[in-house]
Amino acid sequence: MHVDPTRPVDYAIITHGHSDHARAGHGHVLATPQTLRIMEARYGRDFAGSVQAIEYGEVVTLKGGVDISFHPAGHVLGSAQILFEWKGFRAVVSGDYKRERDPTCAPFALVRCDLFVTEATFGLPVFRHPLAAGEIAKLVDSAELFPERAHLVGAYSLGKAQRLMAMLREAGWGRPIYVHGAMVALTDLYIDEGVPLGDIRHVAPDERKNLGGEIVICPPSTLQEIWSRKFPDPVSAVASGWMRVRARARQQGAELPLVISDHAGWDDLGKTIIETGASEIWVTHGAEEALVYWCESQGLRARPLHLVGYGDEEAEDVAAPVENT
Amino acid sequence: MNRFAALLDRLAYEPRRNAKIRLMADYFREVPDPERGWALAALTGALSFKHAKPNLVRTLIGKRTDPFLFQMSRDYVGDMAETVALMWPVSHGANHVPTLTEIVAGLNETSKLDLPGRLASWLDALDETGRWALLKLITGSLRIGASARLAKTAVAALGDNIAPNDVEHVWPGLQPPYEDLFAWVEGRGPMPENTDPAPFHTPMLSTAIEDTANWRDVLDSADFSAEWKWDGIRVQAVGGIDEDGQRAARLYSRTGEEISHSFPDIISAIDFTGAVDGELLIVRDGRVQSFNVLQQRLNRKAITPKLVAEYPAHIRAYDLLTEAGEDLRALAFAERRLRLERFIEEAGEKFDLSPQIDFATWEELTAARADPASHGAGIDAEAVEGVMIKRNASIYVPGRPKGEWFKWKRDPYIVDAVLLYAQRGSGKRSSFYSDYTFGVWAPGEDGDELVPVGKAYFGFTDEELVELDRFVRKNTINRFGPVREVTHEADEGLVFEVAFEGLSRSTRHRSGVAMRFPRISRIRWDKPPREADRIEHLEALLSDAAVS
Repeated sequence: MHVDPTRPVDYAIITHGHSDHARAGHGHVLATPQTLRIMEARYGRDFAGSVQAIEYGEVVTLKGGVDISFHPAGHVLGSAQILFEWKGFRAVVSGDYKRERDPTCAPFALVRCDLFVTEATFGLPVFRHPLAAGEIAKLVDSAELFPERAHLVGAYSLGKAQRLMAMLREAGWGRPIYVHGAMVALTDLYIDEGVPLGDIRHVAPDERKNLGGEIVICPPSTLQEIWSRKFPDPVSAVASGWMRVRARARQQGAELPLVISDHAGWDDLGKTIIETGASEIWVTHGAEEALVYWCESQGLRARPLHLVGYGDEEAEDVAAPVENT
Repeated sequence: MNRFAALLDRLAYEPRRNAKIRLMADYFREVPDPERGWALAALTGALSFKHAKPNLVRTLIGKRTDPFLFQMSRDYVGDMAETVALMWPVSHGANHVPTLTEIVAGLNETSKLDLPGRLASWLDALDETGRWALLKLITGSLRIGASARLAKTAVAALGDNIAPNDVEHVWPGLQPPYEDLFAWVEGRGPMPENTDPAPFHTPMLSTAIEDTANWRDVLDSADFSAEWKWDGIRVQAVGGIDEDGQRAARLYSRTGEEISHSFPDIISAIDFTGAVDGELLIVRDGRVQSFNVLQQRLNRKAITPKLVAEYPAHIRAYDLLTEAGEDLRALAFAERRLRLERFIEEAGEKFDLSPQIDFATWEELTAARADPASHGAGIDAEAVEGVMIKRNASIYVPGRPKGEWFKWKRDPYIVDAVLLYAQRGSGKRSSFYSDYTFGVWAPGEDGDELVPVGKAYFGFTDEELVELDRFVRKNTINRFGPVREVTHEADEGLVFEVAFEGLSRSTRHRSGVAMRFPRISRIRWDKPPREADRIEHLEALLSDAAVS
């Protein structure tokens, strides 16, 4: 039994649908219904030998008497933390999580435990995410100041893109929102799952030149690809927690960096660790060293897991650019 | 302050000049006096705070963060002020967010002793971007890619029919927070009077002679004078007497930026009342030095006596705009020239006259341009970058009037080089590989290899850029972030004909040479890399005094 295995296994427990956590080819997959749908949309009907859907809060007892249950992680639609209980000992694997409000998925639920396995994507004290609504306001202000320019927003196709759409609606953006072809299937899935996103339109190739003043959401890698050229004097916005650091934003060629993250920032990582009541903390993927150091300074036992194969989903997206789309 | 910080943040990322102007104009339109005036002062570099030093910031953050976590973060972020801005502990509760106006006043009235507490209270109240902007502002390193000129252009954009040069003209008499300036551009007040006793005059510029079709036939050589185009920086040296009878002396760049502080040797030599338009050069032992030498003196922060002694500045005069309170600009060039000749005789040894070229026909001028040394430029010929042709009847008109003054630059140096790396451009070119590093052949350990000699990002048409971008994408052999390494074998690769204005020795480049003003003059799709030039060819140019 493995959680988010990076190679094919017989029995896989999947926290959420991002491709570095949810891979195809496992014998059996246990995940939330939404995560299973996302995997099917990405990998096709036969992505696993067999699947088992588990709702938030439902308990499944495994061989050996371990009770397992899924709890909202607030990361993307269907994302879960996994609680293992055995003879009163409680261990939680967080998967990826955030504490900030997100209108497109169930909010993070705090699960008290003895052992907490936490992600640390933004495990450095410089990662203090501002309120996402303020960043969305920057985007809307810019679209109003430069009404002849298309605003291209690079965002990961699963989760971030749909969160931007929902938040633009909350900010009063009533115009259609345009999306790159790579996002259509997952966006339709969100809408089908009951997340209201308003008028979402797929960008037709010959329509690009007419999209001055519009907001277009696309995978970050496409911002630098030929695809983006046909838009009228495009503004390259990028929505990511990495935009907090100027050198990273410049490296990605962002002209309008939007600090919007689907991962807990430094303050929320620490707050969550304390609130779980766990006495032992295992830190995985991200800046493990700083967070382990911090846990120890709080009198908690902590160790880094040094797992390989998990990146942040955006870095992965950048590493595999889509050419000539 | 948060609104101003948001502007700086946006400007720092926005590559387009026109978009920067709009962002600033939008800010000036939205934000009331005096806040916007202090912002303008910050953008034009008119603010300085003597007590706020980077060390103070380091001490403040040291008391508030764990040293190990700070060090890790600093290493990751790569910038001290930014790390402090991000790590500064949030202090919840009723902090009044300071305005820029309050910060400027506070910095000026707070003693050195009280400054740490004052600064900390501001940092407590600001958000991450606000803290970043404040720290950059007080440590004097905004670096947001917006010049003073651009900020003034944005101010001009607030009004109807106000040119950036109009703002530049009134600027010397103004003080922050510039309420009279804003009132004027917004049509609520009179044009501020330029009370500067040594004001800037917008210079007259030339057009390239090649832009006039059949110019040898269209233009009558008898109507024109010619002089050497000196390879320095175009400046204006202005002297006057202020209300209190004190001598004022200023040196301005071509755009009206005051550069007096960089050239104390020139300033102390201005003992006249008048405005001289000329070229700033370095003259050693009676000989004009190349632009490379001048560059050693430019952009230095500390102007030491040693620097001044080693790189003595000099002004070669082209024109006289005012003399003893008289405006000469409405006179014909020929007449102004006579006034200039007399004026320079009295102006002291830091000033001399730009000599005129003796010619009767365009053929004779062509010969002079091809060989300045034997047509009057003598030992200074290496600092000549072409000829200037001026209509004798031309009055001095600010800007670039057509048909009056022409520049005819000497032919550039040419080298055939091989494309090695391509980098994505910025702004409109961010999806194009538009910045090219090229190299020439040099002996290596395992036979000949290509060594980089320069980088160019213009000289080609938009259509050629599309083809170049396609070539880069199809021939990539390596990727390093935004940079791609492109195939460069003896028989496979792309040759550029690169034009450049000069060459100097460089310790920064592996090849040991650095090009001045390189651009792609032709793309040699037909030429195999093996036929590109060798480093020995460049080294020969380097040892040739005409290029160094």
